[in-house]
Amino acid sequence: MSKTYFSKEHEWIEVEGDLGTVGITSYAQEQLGDIVFAEVTKLKEKVSRNDDVAVVESVKAASDIFAPVSGTVIQWNDLLDDAPETLNSDPTKSGWVFKITVDAPEELQELMDEEAYNKFIQELK
Amino acid sequence: MPQIKLDKTPLEMFHKEHGATMVEFAGYSMPLQYQLGIKGEHLHTRSKSGLFDVSHMGQIRLKGVSVLKDLESLVPSDLQSLEVGAMRYTVFTNESGGILDDLIVTRGDGYALLVLNAASKVAGLELLQENLDCEIELMTGSALLALQGPGSVKILNELVPGVEKLFFLQSAEFTFLGSPITVSRSGYTGEDGFEVSIPKSDVRKFAEILLNDPDVALVGLGARDALRLEAGLCLYGQDLSKDVTPVEASLSWVISKRRREEGNFPGFGPIKEQLVSGIKKRRVGILPLGKAPARAGCEIILDGGRKIGSITSGGYSPTLERPIAMGYVEELFSKIGTEVLLLVRGKYLPAKIVDLPFVNTKYFRQ
Repeated sequence: MSKTYFSKEHEWIEVEGDLGTVGITSYAQEQLGDIVFAEVTKLKEKVSRNDDVAVVESVKAASDIFAPVSGTVIQWNDLLDDAPETLNSDPTKSGWVFKITVDAPEELQELMDEEAYNKFIQELK
Repeated sequence: MPQIKLDKTPLEMFHKEHGATMVEFAGYSMPLQYQLGIKGEHLHTRSKSGLFDVSHMGQIRLKGVSVLKDLESLVPSDLQSLEVGAMRYTVFTNESGGILDDLIVTRGDGYALLVLNAASKVAGLELLQENLDCEIELMTGSALLALQGPGSVKILNELVPGVEKLFFLQSAEFTFLGSPITVSRSGYTGEDGFEVSIPKSDVRKFAEILLNDPDVALVGLGARDALRLEAGLCLYGQDLSKDVTPVEASLSWVISKRRREEGNFPGFGPIKEQLVSGIKKRRVGILPLGKAPARAGCEIILDGGRKIGSITSGGYSPTLERPIAMGYVEELFSKIGTEVLLLVRGKYLPAKIVDLPFVNTKYFRQ
C-alpha cells in the first residue's frame, strides 16, 4: 500500500516501503505556468530534507524543487528531458520528477495529507 | 509588515475580471499573464493580435517653440529633422555617456510627446524640468494601450478609421467617442502594431470593444518580455543602464551624423572617443545551443575559463521553442559565430554569439 504526502513547497511524495516518488502538485504547475525545461541537479546524491534537488524553468523564471524528505536521489524521470511540458499536463502521474529513498520515515509526519494540503492551498488563494 | 501601496492603471479591475495574475512592476500593479498563459499569449500576438495595457509608462508632453532643439541637449539623436507625426527612438545620456533611460519622441504640431519607462519616469521628468525651459506635462490623465500582431491593423482600423494609413513610427490624432486619442504605429514586440494614448475615462470602453474581436487576446508583461527579447529590443534596467553607452549597447544608430559632428549632448566626449577608437564591450545576441534557458546575470565564459561578459536578458523563446538571450561580451569576442560557454548552475553550457533579432521584425515601413 502506498501513501501520498504533500509539502508546503507544493510537492507530493508517494511512499511505498522505503522508496518515495516525488512530483509537483497541480497547484504548483498552475503557478509556474508553461514549463519549458527541467533538470535534476542532485542525482545519485544524498540530500537532506528541503535541499534543492531539481530545477524547473517556466517561460518566466527558474524554480527549485526540494526534497520533501532526507534520502538518496536514485532516479530522475527521463521523460522530462524531452517533454518538460508533462509537468503541466500530468504533474501527479507521468510527470513525476524524481525517486528518493526515505531514510528517515519520521519526517513524513511533518508533511500534510491530501485533505490538509487542499485546505492549505485554499488559504493561499 | 508594512504594506507598500502600488499604483494602479485605470484597467486594474478589468485585468482582474479577465483572470489576470497581478504582479508588482515599477511600483505598479500590473498583469503578468491572463488565463491563456505566457506562451499562449505570446504565440497569439505573433499570429493574430495581442492587447497590452502599458499605462504604467511615462507619457510626457513638452510644449514650446524650440522644444525639439532644446530636447537635443539631452539625447544624441537628430530630433529637429523629424516631421510632424514622426517618431524616433533615442536615449537620455549622462556626462560619461551612460544611458539614463531609453524613450520614444514624437513630434507633434508645436509640441513633443515622450514615452519613458515606468521605473524612470520620475527621474526623467526631473531631468527635463532641470534642463528645459518649456512647458512640461506628465500626462496623468491618459492611459496607454498597445495592439500588436499581424491582425491588429484591420481590427484597429474598424474602430479608428484611418490608422491603416500610418507607417511604422508615425503617429496621428484621431477621435474615439468624441475624445481625442493619439495613435502611433509602433510597439515593443517586433510585430506590426499600434500604441494608443487615450483618456483614462475612455480606456475601458476602448479595450472592451477591441476584446470583442475573437482575434484579440489580452497579453501580460510575461509575454511582453519574451516578445521584445525575440525582437532584440532592450529593456532598461537589464540591457541598458548608466554603466553602458549607446555605442556599447549596439545602439550607435541612434546617434545621427549631425550630432556626431556637433555634439552638444551629455557624454559627447566619451561617446565620440568610442565611435573613433572603439569599445571594450558590446551588446550581442546569445544563442544557448542546449535546452536550458540562461537567465540575466549568467556569466559568459571562454573555453579555458576566462569570463568575457554576462547575460542581461535571457529566457525561452516560444516562437523558436528554444532558449535565447542577449548580453555584453568583450568586443574581441563579439563576432557573430563566436563559440562561448554559459555558466548555469555550475555547469558550462555551449552557446554562440548571434545576430539580433532572433525573430524577424515585421514593421510596416514606408
